[in-house]
Amino acid sequence: MIEVEHLTKSYGQARAVNDISFEVNKGEILGFLGPNGAGKTTTMRVLTGYLPATSGTARIAGFDVFEQSMEVRKRIGYLPETPPLYPEMTVENYLTFVARIKGVTAGDIAKRLEEALRMANITDKRNELIKRLSRGYKQRVGIAQSIVHNPDVVILDEPTVGLDPNQIKEVRHLIKGLAGEHTIILSTHILTEVEMTCDRVVIINKGKIVAVDTTENLTQQLKGGERVQVQVKGPLETIRNVLDSIEGVRNIELDTLDSADVVGATIESEEGTDLRAQIASKIVGRGLDLLELRAIKLSLEDIFMQLTTEEKPVAEPGPSPAVKEAEPSTDESLSEVSPR
Amino acid sequence: MKGILAIYRREMSSYFVSPIAYIVIGFFLVVTGYFFSNILAILIERSFMAQMQAQRFGAPPEMDVPSMVIRNFIGVIATVMLFLIPMMTMGVYAEERKRGTMEMLMTSPISEIQIVIGKYLASLTLFILMLAPTLLYYLVMSRYSEPAMPWRIVWAGYLGIFLLGALLIAIGSFISALTESQIIAGVVTFVIFLLLWVIDLGARGASTTTGEIFKYLSVLQHYDSFSQGVIDTSSIIFYVSLSIFGIFLTLRTLDSMRWRRA
Repeated sequence: MIEVEHLTKSYGQARAVNDISFEVNKGEILGFLGPNGAGKTTTMRVLTGYLPATSGTARIAGFDVFEQSMEVRKRIGYLPETPPLYPEMTVENYLTFVARIKGVTAGDIAKRLEEALRMANITDKRNELIKRLSRGYKQRVGIAQSIVHNPDVVILDEPTVGLDPNQIKEVRHLIKGLAGEHTIILSTHILTEVEMTCDRVVIINKGKIVAVDTTENLTQQLKGGERVQVQVKGPLETIRNVLDSIEGVRNIELDTLDSADVVGATIESEEGTDLRAQIASKIVGRGLDLLELRAIKLSLEDIFMQLTTEEKPVAEPGPSPAVKEAEPSTDESLSEVSPR
Repeated sequence: MKGILAIYRREMSSYFVSPIAYIVIGFFLVVTGYFFSNILAILIERSFMAQMQAQRFGAPPEMDVPSMVIRNFIGVIATVMLFLIPMMTMGVYAEERKRGTMEMLMTSPISEIQIVIGKYLASLTLFILMLAPTLLYYLVMSRYSEPAMPWRIVWAGYLGIFLLGALLIAIGSFISALTESQIIAGVVTFVIFLLLWVIDLGARGASTTTGEIFKYLSVLQHYDSFSQGVIDTSSIIFYVSLSIFGIFLTLRTLDSMRWRRA
């Protein structure tokens, strides 16, 4: 549904997004995890057609986000970091307006309006002025706005930031409810959020993708386990057989690298085992060329820790309580995860 | 077209749910109403004096009170507009940018030109709604007018005012698109309008070549011929082309937002 290839976005000399590639399948919820300033918002803005990419391509439902922007815009719903609301309008008038500019036909507007109100669970607030709503309800109106035209893809930029724990729970529940029908990308800097709502995760830092993984793998990683990454020259099937024959291997991921006959493999094993010697001897024993072998030490939590601690010096100069309030979740969310 | 209409309808409804439209229109009508009666009173007095002089010395000088009222009153409207149009246009884009709704509009399947035209038409409509009630003044005046009310001059004068307003709105909207702050947009627009006014004052008395050039460039000069009942094609072209230029600049400004760091 969404294909991003070698996407780069520079602002002058600074590269906000640096050569990132990923895909999102239909009906999937993809989490975009990274500290503030990692390039999440920029990537989303490129996907929505708000910003043009410096190089690389992004396609949504087969349409290029820059060349066929109008086609893409019809198919996406977008909730920016601050919900784009008109405080002086009522919820119903606002959603009707959005439906109109999103190209919903006059006959369908009433139906779509009801649907969006129902899905965002704000039917009882339909006649209220938006400025009188609480933060949580405003966020829901923002989500309703992003689905009112029944788009294929919904892009949510930090949908739970600034909400209280109950509201966060509700919004996450709401997002899960959208999956299946819609393909969803959501960005966050909260690890738990990804775990609870997303099928797959892209971790991004300083404009580069650090890791792409399923949420199960991520959770598994957090529980421990060892990983070895190898690059082998040779036919894929043979390599698979060789690796399969090693004892203690829990999971193998193979993929062919740029040059056709080099295979990259990630081998997972039980916690506390070290298979490096075995892997090397088996591969070499079969007459294959071992090009690279290294243990991957960083768990995703480590990676995330690293990202967030790197972030800290940036936040330090202004130790105002407002900054802390704006991102209450990084430390909390980690402590939520780590006890296991 | 549907996009333009959607934008237009939202703009209009937001004008009238916020106090801004009522304040602008109310203030405009109070001020212009006061000046209208004042102008009328002064001119009537003058025409009486003229009549008395005529009786005493013979050779009655013709005095066309209705035309003079119209001409002076249209000058008043133009001046008051300089103060009020910044209030009408200051929020048009600045507020959308501040609220982040601009990002929503620009990621919707409508083009920037639809956004700009929808908003421009809404501002023009508010302007017409502000102007329209003043026509009642003439309606009242026409019942007692001697010589008969020169409606042709009224229409021509209002065409001039409308064209001037269309240009000022285009300038104000453009400035609003440049900033996220309504206040800055309002103040800058107002300062620019004052400059136009000063240029105009300077140009009015001038007779040198430079003065003539300023006279041509002064946006306030060009409606003057309209208020004498002359529909001057070159002035129409002057206003329309400058307005279109303002709209074009607004469009480019929105477009450039995509290329800047937001």
